[in-house]
Amino acid sequence: MARFWTGFRTWTGIAVAGALCASLAGCSSTGGKRAEDARKAAAAQGKAAVNTPRWTFAMITHSGDGDTFWDIVQSGAEQAAVKDNINFLYSHDDEAQQQAQLVDAAVDKKVDGIIVTLAKPDAMKAAVARAVEAGIPVVTVNSGSAESREFGALTHIGQDETIAGQAVGEELNRRGKKKALCILHEQGNVGHEQRCAGLKETFDGTVQNLYVTGTNMPDVQSAVEARLQSDSSVDAVVTLGAPYADTAVKAKESAGSDAEIDTFDLNAKVAAGLKDGTLGFAVDQQPYLQGYEAVDLLWLYKYNADVLGGGKPVLTGPQIITKDQAGALAEYTERGTR
Amino acid sequence: MTAITDERILHSSPLRRLLGRPELGSVVGAAAVFLFFALAADSFLKTASLSTVLYASSTIGIMAVPVALLMIGGEFDLSAGVMVTSSALVSSMFSYQMTANVWVGVAVSLLVTLAVGAFNGFMITRTKLPSFIVTLGTFLMLTGMNLGFTKLISGTVSTKTIADMEGFPTARDVFASTLTLGGVDFKITILWWFALVALASWILLRTRAGNWIFAVGGNEDAARAVGVPVTRTKIGLYMGVAFGAWIAGQHLLFSYDVVQSGEGVGNELIYIIAAVIGGCLITGGYGSAVGSAVGAFLFGMTSKGIVFAEWNPDWFKFFLGAMLLLATLLNVWVRKRAEATK
Repeated sequence: MARFWTGFRTWTGIAVAGALCASLAGCSSTGGKRAEDARKAAAAQGKAAVNTPRWTFAMITHSGDGDTFWDIVQSGAEQAAVKDNINFLYSHDDEAQQQAQLVDAAVDKKVDGIIVTLAKPDAMKAAVARAVEAGIPVVTVNSGSAESREFGALTHIGQDETIAGQAVGEELNRRGKKKALCILHEQGNVGHEQRCAGLKETFDGTVQNLYVTGTNMPDVQSAVEARLQSDSSVDAVVTLGAPYADTAVKAKESAGSDAEIDTFDLNAKVAAGLKDGTLGFAVDQQPYLQGYEAVDLLWLYKYNADVLGGGKPVLTGPQIITKDQAGALAEYTERGTR
Repeated sequence: MTAITDERILHSSPLRRLLGRPELGSVVGAAAVFLFFALAADSFLKTASLSTVLYASSTIGIMAVPVALLMIGGEFDLSAGVMVTSSALVSSMFSYQMTANVWVGVAVSLLVTLAVGAFNGFMITRTKLPSFIVTLGTFLMLTGMNLGFTKLISGTVSTKTIADMEGFPTARDVFASTLTLGGVDFKITILWWFALVALASWILLRTRAGNWIFAVGGNEDAARAVGVPVTRTKIGLYMGVAFGAWIAGQHLLFSYDVVQSGEGVGNELIYIIAAVIGGCLITGGYGSAVGSAVGAFLFGMTSKGIVFAEWNPDWFKFFLGAMLLLATLLNVWVRKRAEATK
């Protein structure tokens, strides 16, 4: 009997809350699920725009679990897949050996096209060769511009990390910075090393690298904080991933430093930060474009034997985004496409 | 003369003996998973796909065998994952920096890796600290050394290529070649894996050392009391894990000829999972090498089966966890049944 009453109370509670919500007394009129649904309704509608056969393309990346950047790449690829009438398969693993095995599995499946990242090119070499041998067209994205052609891929789409780093160095010079801190959140990532090296090349001031454990945000914050506290002459902090920019801002505030925080990549928080001036600038490599173009290029190749880039990588960045452009991009970052 | 019957000798039926095998639960589980993916993914049963699955299983299985032996001996090794990377790094960097024949690097790497294993065993038997703590320390130290030394010596986070050096082709043949049988490519690691399983099974079931391993894991003090060399056995087991890490590491190096220094973290748990699914008890004294192989095969099937079935890979870890629980429950249930009917 008692159980019935507690159950009854719970359900009445839910019903009352629902009724309150319905009368808009206790609901948020901003943000939340409803705003998201409205945004979704305004986004591109999914319907095939072509009547080519339903090919299957597999995309295999070196992303870890639950990575925001790769989420955007994936949504770009999915958007193009819908439009091009493609059955799109996505898989990922941050261990090189596992990623190579996933490519092998895609070849075994005899898919019609493969999109792969070459963050660890030597590990992927044999697997990509096997795909090319089996007559499956391969497009490389994001990382591996140097090896893509040699491995027999059609095209590479992405950003040259060194060039991106150089662009950041030049932008920092423009802003009159003297001492920069480059925050590497993934020890062992070659692309990250290249970014900081590129920054060193063009920046007139001094650059110091700081390694942090990217999977542990409190650790990132305390490490940046400690460095800013011990060295007050640092006037620019460059993070290599959007989620870390916000953490660096928090670290800067608690350290009482007045360094400018700049970052690679975008997300909703970064766009907002650029808009209200807590962040200096962001360097975007347009991940949505990387995923979208990769699928589209494979479709073009299958349909019309078209190849883009003339044997050179097709670059999607770097694009420097400052306060002026941030406003327009804010809604796209909210939507999860920038 | 009538035969003297001894009540200590228990004659059991073959069925009952089968039910008492540690790996039975995992075999049933593996058969179920295999059947499941065969129905769910149409490309799963192709020979090329099965070869990919076997390869994926072998890269885990090579390590799961010595890890299972160690667990039967009642200990853990959390440094097993990064030790694989360490072994590959030592091999590659030694050969490159000394401009030596690649085989010299391979030999040095074997010595270094075995020394790390011996260190683990020595620390545990000497300090009497739980192996969980000691190997956690080794794990962290190796992770740091992998990155630190690589950066210090090579200047980057991955090693330089040794593919153009003397001895590389033969070493590649041994550790990372592909054999073609009936038009299908099979990686040589599958052979290594089977050989290790056979060797470990022979040690466990047919030699004195095997008895020592079971005794040490079952009850260390009792084993010591009846004259089992506990210290030697444990150090040997840790060196066995190191030997497996050496094989797996050389495979990594010679299939890709460049090693990323940050990899391998987290794999130690996968080896332990494979051993546990295969019927090893966390508390020691019970398990089998064949079981660890079945556990690794289950792991390989699941990780690649999800791809063949075109599912969302986000759920892979969930399936793995569920499978681990189910397999272990099945093991316990089968064992209870087997003991009840004795």
